[in-house]
Amino acid sequence: MRKIIELKNVSKAFDGQTVLDNVSLDIYDNEFLTLLGPSGCGKTTTLRIIAGFESPDSGSLSFLGEDILSLPPHRRNVNTVFQRYALFPHLNVFENIAFPLREKKVPQDEIRGKVDEMLRLVALTGFEKRSVTSLSGGQQQRVAIARALISRPKVLLLDEPLAALDLKLRKDMQQELKNIQKATGITFVFVTHDQEEALSMSDTVVVMSEGRIQQIGTPIDIYNEPRNAFVADFIGESNILSGIMLQDRLVRFSGRDFPCVDEGFARNEPVDVVIRPEDVVIVPKGQLRGTVTSVTFLGVHYEIIVDIGGFKWMIQTTGFADVGDEIGIYVDPENIHIMKKSEYSGLFGDYSSFSNEFDELSDAESEAEP
Amino acid sequence: MKEKNGLRLARRLALGPYGLWAMLFILVPLLFVAYYAFTDNDFAFTTDNIARFFTATSVSDGVVTHTYLLIFWRSLKLAVISTVICLLMGYPIAYILSRSPLRTQKILITLIMIPMWMNFLIRTYAWMTILQDTGILNSFLRLLSLRPVHIIGTEGAVVIGMVYDYFPYMILPIYSVMAKMDVRLEEAARDLGCNSFGVLRRVIFPLSLPGVISGVTMVLIPSISTFYISQKLGNGKFYLIGDAIEGQYVANNLHFAAAIAFILMVILLIGMALMQRYANSRAAA
Repeated sequence: MRKIIELKNVSKAFDGQTVLDNVSLDIYDNEFLTLLGPSGCGKTTTLRIIAGFESPDSGSLSFLGEDILSLPPHRRNVNTVFQRYALFPHLNVFENIAFPLREKKVPQDEIRGKVDEMLRLVALTGFEKRSVTSLSGGQQQRVAIARALISRPKVLLLDEPLAALDLKLRKDMQQELKNIQKATGITFVFVTHDQEEALSMSDTVVVMSEGRIQQIGTPIDIYNEPRNAFVADFIGESNILSGIMLQDRLVRFSGRDFPCVDEGFARNEPVDVVIRPEDVVIVPKGQLRGTVTSVTFLGVHYEIIVDIGGFKWMIQTTGFADVGDEIGIYVDPENIHIMKKSEYSGLFGDYSSFSNEFDELSDAESEAEP
Repeated sequence: MKEKNGLRLARRLALGPYGLWAMLFILVPLLFVAYYAFTDNDFAFTTDNIARFFTATSVSDGVVTHTYLLIFWRSLKLAVISTVICLLMGYPIAYILSRSPLRTQKILITLIMIPMWMNFLIRTYAWMTILQDTGILNSFLRLLSLRPVHIIGTEGAVVIGMVYDYFPYMILPIYSVMAKMDVRLEEAARDLGCNSFGVLRRVIFPLSLPGVISGVTMVLIPSISTFYISQKLGNGKFYLIGDAIEGQYVANNLHFAAAIAFILMVILLIGMALMQRYANSRAAA
């Protein structure tokens, strides 16, 4: 695969506040790459540096091997879909999409043809004359995508493009964006704080936190082999316990030894142990025993919080247990994932203060990010 | 339903005082102007006053003689020049202002508005002392061993006075439109291939047009009918339409003064209607 964009040791601070800390990232031809992280992690700044709206304090940015840091945005072969679309309110749908071509003085016939093609691509044929302010959020989104794609950029940058849409529409647009990316063969760099969105759409996920890249990998890698407690917690739900790697394939946590499949750690090395809630099985006796403290019905499954020796585990199960029940749990060796200790150890993965409400609150906050 | 009616009544009552004010002090005087314009000294209907504006070959104001059409043309010319200067200076300032930190914006807006707190006559007199042949400007030039300039009594002095007096009325409406403009639109334009001039021409200017139109209106109309500035800064050599109205009024030719005022008003209304139509057609395109 051909490398299109290469960021090397990029750092950026605003008013002394570090936003990007030595970020290096390669973006390849024809891939759907997602920058994923909570608000303030530096994902949008990374995108704006690629687009040319910000310049880094240090580091380099090359495009097909050529340094483009000195190029202004209009000379870069990338286009952006903005968070709130940034459609031109004084122009109708046709003129919004034709905007880049008019700047290049493309003949009218050709503009007509290309805009028609774009309208077909985003399923908006017949909307040419409509004012963009009269369109629904989803339709505005499509116009923004058509406008950004009409010049056939090598790379399309998308800054939380679905954040303003409601859930149902968002799901549809995810699929559609994926289809458009496949149909056009253009590299997509997609920014989101929604991990589900990132997992379902991407070829490559780049998890960011506090201005640093935590992990780069396929969605499956990122989910199954998180590199540290931050990634494990941010992608899906995780029980993260502190443990000791006794030897290859044997780990001790919660006062018991568990067989596992990981190797290559030092003898008796302190580690973080990740166990996904859906991998915990409720059994009559079990490897560990604890008391159920909360049960939430979520439709597909129950979410059960169980107190095992003071550590609260989350379990997702289709079986039922009642609050106060004493249950046993079993975890398959395949489902015990061992990580090296990191600065994030001990910060995540215990559901003592767990509440669905908190999750929603913090989501709403990050969506309010400008 | 009942509540809705109550609300409507409340709204009407709230509008009452202004309605009365507008009736008494705007509508009725306008009707008086029209009435005087079309009557003679015995209040009999006549179009002579109107005809006189277009046909009177000359008037004597003590200094020069000229036709009313020439006076009107000169007023229009100086007003348009002043408006264009205000626009060219005010537009970039309004833009820079709208993109500055909020604190800077507040300070600068206050600075721009401070001259408006001072009396119009004092401001004009101040300009006299600056621009006179032995005034502050020329003293300063002499201090730098530069050649003094003769400005007072020229059209340039009148234009300087008008620009100074009406400048804030140009900046404020443009600024308020630009402050509401989404900065992302500029980024989008750059992203889609526009250089700085392209962003200005294709996005910023079209979106700021409503502000430009109201700024132009608010500068052009008062400067076309101004009278005092030309007398003081033009040494009375540039008799403007406002001066003509004042002159006729002082000379107790109320009917002719009303006729000039009436004609000026009609011309301005037509001009404003044309401008609005242009703006609407731009908005529709």
